[in-house]
Amino acid sequence: MPFPLTDAAAWCRLLPFAVIAALACGAARAETVLVSNEKGNSISVLDAASLKLIRTVPVGQRPRGIVLSRDQHTLYICASDDDEIDQLDLDTYELKQPLPSGADPENFALHPDGKHLYIANEDNSLVSIVDIEQRRVVGEVAVGIEPEGIGISPDGRWIVNTSETTNMAHFIDNDTRKVVANVLVDSRPRRAVWTADGKEVWVSSEIGGSVSVIDPETHAITHKIKFEVAGVPKEAVQAVGIAITRDRKLAFVALGPANRVAVVDAANYEVKKYLLVGQRVWNLAFNHDESRLYTTNGVSNDISEIDVPDLRVLQSVPVGAEPWGVVVRP
Amino acid sequence: MPGRLVRRLIIAMVVACTMLAPLPVAAEEDATATLRIGFLAQAVKRSPPQPYLDAPPADEGVAGARLAIDDDNTTGRFTGQQFVLEETVMPEGGDVAAGFRTLAGEGIRFVTTDLPAGALLAVAELPEAMDVTLFNAGAPDDELRAEKCRANLLHTLPSRAMLADGLVEYLLTKQWRNIFLVTGPTEADRAYATALKRAIDKFHARLVADKPWTYQPGARRSDTGHYAIGAEVARFTQGFSYDVLVVADEDDEFGDYLAYATYDPRPIAGTHGLVSTAWARPHQEWGATQLQDRFLHKAKRWMTDRDYAAWLAVRAVGEAATRAQSVDPGPVAAYLRGDKFELGGYKGLPLSFRPWDGQMRQAILLADARALISVSPQAAFLHQFSPLDTLGVDRPESQCHFR
Repeated sequence: MPFPLTDAAAWCRLLPFAVIAALACGAARAETVLVSNEKGNSISVLDAASLKLIRTVPVGQRPRGIVLSRDQHTLYICASDDDEIDQLDLDTYELKQPLPSGADPENFALHPDGKHLYIANEDNSLVSIVDIEQRRVVGEVAVGIEPEGIGISPDGRWIVNTSETTNMAHFIDNDTRKVVANVLVDSRPRRAVWTADGKEVWVSSEIGGSVSVIDPETHAITHKIKFEVAGVPKEAVQAVGIAITRDRKLAFVALGPANRVAVVDAANYEVKKYLLVGQRVWNLAFNHDESRLYTTNGVSNDISEIDVPDLRVLQSVPVGAEPWGVVVRP
Repeated sequence: MPGRLVRRLIIAMVVACTMLAPLPVAAEEDATATLRIGFLAQAVKRSPPQPYLDAPPADEGVAGARLAIDDDNTTGRFTGQQFVLEETVMPEGGDVAAGFRTLAGEGIRFVTTDLPAGALLAVAELPEAMDVTLFNAGAPDDELRAEKCRANLLHTLPSRAMLADGLVEYLLTKQWRNIFLVTGPTEADRAYATALKRAIDKFHARLVADKPWTYQPGARRSDTGHYAIGAEVARFTQGFSYDVLVVADEDDEFGDYLAYATYDPRPIAGTHGLVSTAWARPHQEWGATQLQDRFLHKAKRWMTDRDYAAWLAVRAVGEAATRAQSVDPGPVAAYLRGDKFELGGYKGLPLSFRPWDGQMRQAILLADARALISVSPQAAFLHQFSPLDTLGVDRPESQCHFR
């Protein structure tokens, strides 16, 4: 049962960095969209070009955060109710031996060194640091209640963790593994996303319905982005997933039960547009060239595909029960 | 101490000593800012419910406050604030006012209460209470939010009006418009029934039968006791055309026996069957799993609505102190009542206090023993300011004139 798309992706990786290769791979768009289904206890695998469901892989209990390994051959999965990180081999779609995670891993991030996972342990107010090769927890940092989002600076120096009930973004020094600053943000912070240039950290607040833009040097909130959707009660406008283009021109913010994704001009922090997607839109992921953005819609059990240059929603396709996380494998 | 039991929990110290690995800079500079929050309750002998399955927990209410002080302190260690819970539980018949004076005399300006309406009102009217913010986490009485409201009293437990509105919104969403109301013998049952009738009027449902429950079945636990009660429920409900049997039985006297025994097959709702409540064991949405787990771990039992209301009160003080960046009563109390205050309460929408009667806005859960069925406000019920204000008494109808 060979998968021509996966093979094509492997073939593309082998090519030298040539214009012709970029064109060939771009045209083929042999990308795979991977979605974690929180209630379905599975990973949905879709072909990005057609958005056809290729397969559904059963994994551990309550899979939420998912991250690709640096070589793109493994998907790390927070199996929250199994208290472990599942490792899915993306060539064979078989589960490898799981990694330890600390209690109730909800969300995590891969350090730029490719060797360490930083895991938010929602139940015991810790960030656990896991060495992937050694398969063990090599550090813990005490943070606020219900740690949730993890964002690591592009240079790997700073870890930002949000705590949902403490309402803070904690800045952790990666060398000393100590909290060096706590930035109070609006209620129930969720994601912490660094801009590609490392100059800003964007933190979404679910209940507060806002995004705080933080200067990582001064730890000051430099901008606060608020959202207003005509016809939607302001309480239903809740900010969760964030995706920022590498050139820092555009940002997308998932607005949860408002069922919309806000398009923000990342230069002046103004909201340009709201795109209607599925119900309870939660997390976002770009494809490799940032021409497409995928959203998980937890209540309508589907994902939506957004055309980034045109800023419009192309289609929504069903996945498993309660889709939560999404990544795109090149 | 005779007549009084005062316990002090310096949980903050414990948390600080056992959990604190990396001390942030802010905490080192200003580690002494301490805010003490009182908890005042009166032991009430509650009759065991029928059926005798779930005995009321002895630490109901205060267990929620204890968890909230832990939660406040986890945040506090990053902000240099420390929170201490001072518990005062008066015995049955004890002098609640004296218990309050002790707390106020120690300089405590925020007191969470789990008291019946009468005792709470008496405390609120004490001269010593004038500059204290009291939280009502135990009395659902509507009059406390209406003609008997007090400026120094905030309510974290939903009013009966909110519970009734939350239920009737759902019944109408289901098109179960015709309601058969059965009301128990106690004053609380009648108050709940009054709130239901108000909700039926408000949302244009239809009250097709309104009957008091007077049957005293005798030895219910004796063999064959179910014959008598089954026959009685069938007789009681025969001859009416209705969609749903709504029961007002706050003391669990008979409500559990109605299901599967009515003459026509009809669902049960109200205080039994589909229950409208501030908190319920099956609730897992909006991160509620985390609060349920923390509470289970600490209290070794499930959280009740009164535990939740006490948790909300103590968390509200903590949240206001964090945001106001102060532990002084003035700024904290002002922030609590200000329009910037919002508390995450694991029920989706942010919670805040209504300025017109001091009631905390919150969603109402509709659940049975094993499943969360729905959450009100229902989507179809709109409001010009906040959908949460479709539940309970809205500003234009409020009879509260603070004094």
